[in-house]
Amino acid sequence: MKYVCQLGLILAFSLAGELLAALVPLPVPAAIWGMVLMLIALLTRLLRVEMVRETGRFLVTILPLLFVVPTVGLMACFDLVFQNLVPILAVLVLGTVVTFGVSGLVTRIFTRGGDRDA
Amino acid sequence: MRDLLVNAGFFGVVVTVGAFVIGGWISRKTKLPLCNPILIGAGLVMLVLWGLDIPLEVYRDQCRILSYLMTPATICLAIAFYEQLRGLKGHLPAIFIGVAAGTAASLGSVWLLCRLFGLDEALTASLLPKSVTTAIGVVLSEEAGGVGALTTAVIILTGILGNVAGPFLSKLFRLRDPVSQGVAYGTTSHVIGTSRAVEISGLTGAVSSLSLTLSGLLTALFYSVMI
Repeated sequence: MKYVCQLGLILAFSLAGELLAALVPLPVPAAIWGMVLMLIALLTRLLRVEMVRETGRFLVTILPLLFVVPTVGLMACFDLVFQNLVPILAVLVLGTVVTFGVSGLVTRIFTRGGDRDA
Repeated sequence: MRDLLVNAGFFGVVVTVGAFVIGGWISRKTKLPLCNPILIGAGLVMLVLWGLDIPLEVYRDQCRILSYLMTPATICLAIAFYEQLRGLKGHLPAIFIGVAAGTAASLGSVWLLCRLFGLDEALTASLLPKSVTTAIGVVLSEEAGGVGALTTAVIILTGILGNVAGPFLSKLFRLRDPVSQGVAYGTTSHVIGTSRAVEISGLTGAVSSLSLTLSGLLTALFYSVMI
């Protein structure tokens, strides 16, 4: 019964997220709204962490598996990718390095004591 | 035989899980960064679909249960975040500033590179939201005249790239503490990067979850101001 309740609660947050996403005119998807709602519920103690913990951990563990399906969808735009292969690769690699470096380094500078162990 | 498999409801899911497990096994055996389970898994599925001549739409339809779980699974990142909140409180301002700087750097660098290569509006719009989670990125891209399928592809590849290159990039930029590493993983490579951050430490994963949410919201905000 415990797992059924946990799953039910998590699905209820998904539904609430879906409703907010449909009602609020911002390009914010159900998953992000649901995450914010669950966090608020946890912080305000409306939801205790034991009520969602095990099922939630299971779902987080299978997240990478869920990304296989949209990756296979890449098949649909092979032509577009190969026509622009060099620019797309450059954007992917350079953009990733720049974003990773800037976000990490700026955070390290502003983290108290963070620059000490650098 | 082929028609039987195409009509079988569980075929797509079984192939997907099987391919992912094989991908995970190869990734552990070879320890090659490029041998990521998502990438190998997707490659194997493509081979199966191509070999058996199964249309992509049929496969997608069979795998609806997996796409369906994406929202609840992402929502559950809030649990890890909540459990780590105490260790994270003093770092909130640094996280906010880091994510804002990273989001600006991501949008700026992609825009600049697109200009440099002379890519048209549609391609630029498709590539710009490459660091945010698919659900946000695709909506933003299509609203700005981009190609949704291409955006999905670059978002996932960026995620895998961050997931795979993260340890190397952390060394390169000398990011050693869980807070700056978490911000880097989450801001750069959204949920897929976060799944690596979760493996590093609970705090790293929590910071990464917060960062992917913040960068997604900031990017959405940027789009609604610009367009």
